[in-house]
Amino acid sequence: MPGKLKAKIVAGRHLPVMDRASDLTDAFVEVKFGNTTFKTDVYPKSLNPQWNSEWFKFEVDDEDLQDEPLQITVLDHDTYSANDAIGKVYIDIDPLLCSEAATVISGWLPIYDTIHGIRGEINVLVKVDLFNDLNRFRQSSCGVKFFCTTSIPRCYRAVMVHGFVEELVVNEDPEYQWIDRIRTPRASNEARQRLIFLMSGELQRKIGLKVLEMGGNAVVGYLQCFDLEGETGLVVRAIGTACTLEKISTLPATATHPSNSSPSKDMKEPGFGEEAPGVPLSSGPPTPLRAQTFSSFSPSKSYSRQSSSSDTELSLTPKTGMGSGGSAGKEAGPLKALLRQQTQSALEQREYPFFTLTAFPPGFLLHVGGVVSARSVKLLDRIHNPDEPETRDAWWEEIRQEIKSHAKALGCHAVVGYSESTSICEEVCILSASGTAAILSSRFMQDGSLDTEHRFEEVVPPGCGFCHIPYDELNIPFPAQLTYCYCCRRYKVPDVLFTTIDLPTEANVTGKGCLIQARLCRTKKKAQGEGNATAISNLLPFLEYELHTQLMNKLKLRGMNALFGLRIQISVGETMLLGLASATGVYLTALPSPGGIQVAGKTPSDITYEQHISNMQKKINDTISKNKELHEINPPEVVEEIIGSPIPEPRQRSRLFRSHSESSDEVSELDLSHGKKDAFVLEIDDTDAVEDIHALLTDSPTPAGFYSCNTEIMPGIQNWTSAIQMFTSVRVFRLNANLTNQGLNKIFSDLCENLLKSLYFKLRSMVPCCLCHLNFTVAIPEDELIQVAVTAVAMSFDKEQSLENGKQSGEKTLIKAITENDEQLQFNLELNAETSSPNPLSSPKGLSEVGSHPSARDRCSSWIEQLKLKAHTIRRGSVKTTSSLEKASPLPEGRSRSLRSNRSYSGSSVAVVKMTPLSFIPGAKIIKYLGIINMFFIRETTSLREEGGVSGFLHTFIAEVFAMVRAHVAALGGNAVVSYSMKECVFMENPNKNQAQCLINVSGDAVIFIQESELESTSVQTQSATTHTSNGGEGT
Amino acid sequence: MSMELDVFVGNTTVLDEDVYQLWLDGQTVTDAVRIRIEAGALQECEANAEVLLSDTMDQFRTFQMCERLLQSPSKVANQLLFQIPPHRQTMLIERYYEFDSMFAREVLGKKLSKGTKKDLDDIGSKTGIVLKSCRRQFDNFKRVFKVVEELKGPLVENIQRHFLLSDVLARDYAAIVFFANSRFETGKRKLQYLSFQDFAFCAGQLISYWTVGAVDNVVENMDVDLEKEFLHDLKDLKVLVNDKDMLDQHKSLVCAQLRGKIKVFSEMEASFKNLSRALVNIASKLTHTKDVRDLFIDLVEKFIEPCRSDKWTIGDLRLFLTHYSSSVHTLEAFRRQVIWDRYMGVIKSCILKMYHD
Repeated sequence: MPGKLKAKIVAGRHLPVMDRASDLTDAFVEVKFGNTTFKTDVYPKSLNPQWNSEWFKFEVDDEDLQDEPLQITVLDHDTYSANDAIGKVYIDIDPLLCSEAATVISGWLPIYDTIHGIRGEINVLVKVDLFNDLNRFRQSSCGVKFFCTTSIPRCYRAVMVHGFVEELVVNEDPEYQWIDRIRTPRASNEARQRLIFLMSGELQRKIGLKVLEMGGNAVVGYLQCFDLEGETGLVVRAIGTACTLEKISTLPATATHPSNSSPSKDMKEPGFGEEAPGVPLSSGPPTPLRAQTFSSFSPSKSYSRQSSSSDTELSLTPKTGMGSGGSAGKEAGPLKALLRQQTQSALEQREYPFFTLTAFPPGFLLHVGGVVSARSVKLLDRIHNPDEPETRDAWWEEIRQEIKSHAKALGCHAVVGYSESTSICEEVCILSASGTAAILSSRFMQDGSLDTEHRFEEVVPPGCGFCHIPYDELNIPFPAQLTYCYCCRRYKVPDVLFTTIDLPTEANVTGKGCLIQARLCRTKKKAQGEGNATAISNLLPFLEYELHTQLMNKLKLRGMNALFGLRIQISVGETMLLGLASATGVYLTALPSPGGIQVAGKTPSDITYEQHISNMQKKINDTISKNKELHEINPPEVVEEIIGSPIPEPRQRSRLFRSHSESSDEVSELDLSHGKKDAFVLEIDDTDAVEDIHALLTDSPTPAGFYSCNTEIMPGIQNWTSAIQMFTSVRVFRLNANLTNQGLNKIFSDLCENLLKSLYFKLRSMVPCCLCHLNFTVAIPEDELIQVAVTAVAMSFDKEQSLENGKQSGEKTLIKAITENDEQLQFNLELNAETSSPNPLSSPKGLSEVGSHPSARDRCSSWIEQLKLKAHTIRRGSVKTTSSLEKASPLPEGRSRSLRSNRSYSGSSVAVVKMTPLSFIPGAKIIKYLGIINMFFIRETTSLREEGGVSGFLHTFIAEVFAMVRAHVAALGGNAVVSYSMKECVFMENPNKNQAQCLINVSGDAVIFIQESELESTSVQTQSATTHTSNGGEGT
Repeated sequence: MSMELDVFVGNTTVLDEDVYQLWLDGQTVTDAVRIRIEAGALQECEANAEVLLSDTMDQFRTFQMCERLLQSPSKVANQLLFQIPPHRQTMLIERYYEFDSMFAREVLGKKLSKGTKKDLDDIGSKTGIVLKSCRRQFDNFKRVFKVVEELKGPLVENIQRHFLLSDVLARDYAAIVFFANSRFETGKRKLQYLSFQDFAFCAGQLISYWTVGAVDNVVENMDVDLEKEFLHDLKDLKVLVNDKDMLDQHKSLVCAQLRGKIKVFSEMEASFKNLSRALVNIASKLTHTKDVRDLFIDLVEKFIEPCRSDKWTIGDLRLFLTHYSSSVHTLEAFRRQVIWDRYMGVIKSCILKMYHD
């Protein structure tokens, strides 16, 4: 009997009126776990019942504890007829199974009904007593921690990164079972919700087992997805990175690592080292690299092993068991090489050297090769034996093998920032996987070969190391233009770099970044079965190729040379394919400055045509310079030393970027004919190109005061305020029939652009602000409908302080400013801005300067803190009030707990829960991870008009989902959700029948954070509070 | 081709105060967009009309979703659906319950029933307030009335506790509830010149001094009704005009005090008996519900109008009322000093408030 689950039903409030006659409700509660059900007494005639039940105890296997949710059903007692259900609450008890996570679930949780939405709240208490089970063959994996965060969680340290874990489980979809014809929609929805809860529990348990097998204790970057295949079933699959994590002892550590909250601050540390540029981190001759996408398509079911050509076995050096012992940082070349080989072999041993992480501990990521991706089109067939989901497993296996071989072709032994996705339309399914080929350091992958101390002493690579090519210069698998690194001048770098990861914190970046999107629509004939799959397979390469061309053009147009967080989504519908590529463009200081875009016509004889072209050229040039100014890109002047002949010749024509997404073997031929050039030439002899150019120029720049990116952080912005606003926006657009490709493209592009514009307008009160982690998902819910959903977080920052370099004079000015009156303060700030703006943080030297006086910086930042408040008072009253409000929110764990429990009975205000798709909360420190939040909801209505139409329906539903996430986090004792994402939002409507249905799946990590400003004052308190609670947890 | 669906949901509910006002004013989305454009919203953040329309629709929808909560403000603070910072919650509630005094003036003293609700059309066209807004305001009056009608304890505090309103707004609501409960006549043509604020002031006076709660601070007492016993006692004031000696004595006392101090002395002297009779008669009739209702029209017809036609200034009036009321204390034969003071205190401040053009 490995576990005892205890639940107590305290009270309800705001219940709906169930008895029209009395305008009251006779409510009681059923508490169910597995096959055991308990009931409370009926609390008659009240909308705010006080059950105060006994403790209901369930004695269960820990396997069940992991799989099953606790199900609480609130009902209205009826003497004569059947009791009416008011709603349900599903509680995932997984967080209680881990000693380091939450100890109790206690609080008000919304009572949810799939037809009526939230109907009141219920106050519950849930605890788990777990007995140790030492059975080696156990089926449970209690204690393995799960994190959605795709980096090492803030209060942990990675001892080991074991690698890729994956699992999938399948089942029949209750919605498609025969019984669905006779049961109510409510029963059907609830069966589905429950099934998915069970399946994700099972999946998590199985993944946990794999992690234990590997010797890990946590999964980081856990990504779970549902494939609603329809008739053929329901697939729940997950991938993640197994790690061994060690908790950083909370408070003493904070002194040495001053701020974990804003990763950008860490950026200064690398520059500190004297050995800064060019530490020989890679062995062998420097090799070129370039942004690269491979794609291969296996038409319908048959899997073509076309990629196996690159699947050559890399020679394995015998693994040295002793490891490298001593000081890795001071090692000479040969030893380094050995180390690298070790890594390689360590990775080779793994089936898939994949990592779902997008940000890495310093020194882990050595080199980046470029994006690798693979797609395949499959025909769905019935899953005959749900216990052996072989076909689905095999499909993914194929794709992963392909990715692996692509990475090898790029001279890389690992894939980072790895993710998988699907798009399903009828019986056709597109499976996609993508990641970034990379070379990793061995230090997190060797079994105990390095002492922990040494691991952290190792020199952090300088801000350019990851750009250096990992492959052989003489054997480039695709065309690339290599130059010596603009930072260290020792190693070769490519001219452009595409990646799926976050911008490494140590990267040297010039100016700021921005969101870059390529959008594409392609019509397709309606077809069935194999024919349809083949048609899609044939269209895919073109789609991907054009997306790449668009991305490249837009990147150039912004004067940038690298993309991070690249995510290409391809969505399939009956009559069209949608492609959306989003990434954050930046100017990497290490990479060469991008050339401009040259427009060239085919028939130069015509004068008006020439004029047209020169007009267009002028427009493009203007846009580039405007963009450079906007993003503050003014790279330091350097002597050109490009290998080969770098001077661009205007007549020289190239279609280089058109070759980007071609598969590797074709590409190398193309390259030879073009040679090197600086400017990218666009031919506008065909209508496509004209359209391309128009598309380029229609992207409107972000309004003043706004920045946007789809990564975690924006280079060049560090001084976030604590004001954050997470949001989800969904739009569905109805198309006319018979649109051309161009027409569709324009509509789709406008849809995205307008959505962005609306977001900027909505969030204008937060200016200056940055929209971070802008995550677009597109879908084709039915013919002629395009759905775009965005989840992101808007974060305010203080403009004045972003000017690091003006700090010699800055500190004095700031101090003075505080003592002076407001008017003068503003003047000073302006002055400060003026002095520093001409030299933005560009050189790594400037950075190291700043970094070398941490104490001075800290002092400065505390002044800045005060100044910030003042500045707010001057400018906008509204901001001032919000910031003071943030401060008022309950912070240290001990305190918030007690507050909460007081509150739950007095029923006054609700604790604030912040939500963010990022892994951190600005200006705050995460002190505890409480467990993963993974929730799935279905909402259906048969009175669409009465609920305010489709918009009203979805608006309410999304608000309800947020509310439920917040309530569950608060019940766990948390005050924020990080790495939040909405992974699924399936919306279906039938306005004629006045019906609509929507499914939403969200996930994230529940955490407790405390504001940094309060950290010092409350540190002692918190510590005692934490120890206290943990003691309390053991006692119960 | 059309936007089928367009929603924006923030973890912290995004609320635009200007748009909230437009929604409260009962504007349609189209009108609201027009008004926003006229107010220069397009200059902000490089917006276009489409963006503005989307934003306005979204905001209106948000407010509509909040409306159910706003109707029982105590729920706003502990509901889970919308995460709204407390100061914004206060703003939402306060603004929702704010009303146009023009509208309130029209409804004042009327029964808050379905019948009156039907007249909202007329009130709307008369005051220029959009019907939708009239409905909201009327429903607010009715809701507050229903909740506090049967409650014990001080009226203003009850309103504040149940609707979380500011003191000022709660006082206005107290006036509305009080007027609706006692059904004071305010609609007559002769009363048209009086504003809502005039009446609200008078209501405040009546609540503070003439209700049961005014004298007795025990919580069980109610604030909504005038104290029956006091109204009954007012009959005893009749002696002031019925006893000829006393009336003469009163007059001479007042005249002695005011001689040379007011400009309209002779007029005052001439009309003293009429004025005194008017005030005392009003007092003595207040036992009948019908006459309570007519309190204000009586004050205007029988007292304010005569004074106005004699061109009394407000200063003259104040002096007169002060001495008229205080000199009764020196009438030895008069025994109901306390009742008199309680009556005259309120009457005096009401008359002074109502004495304008």
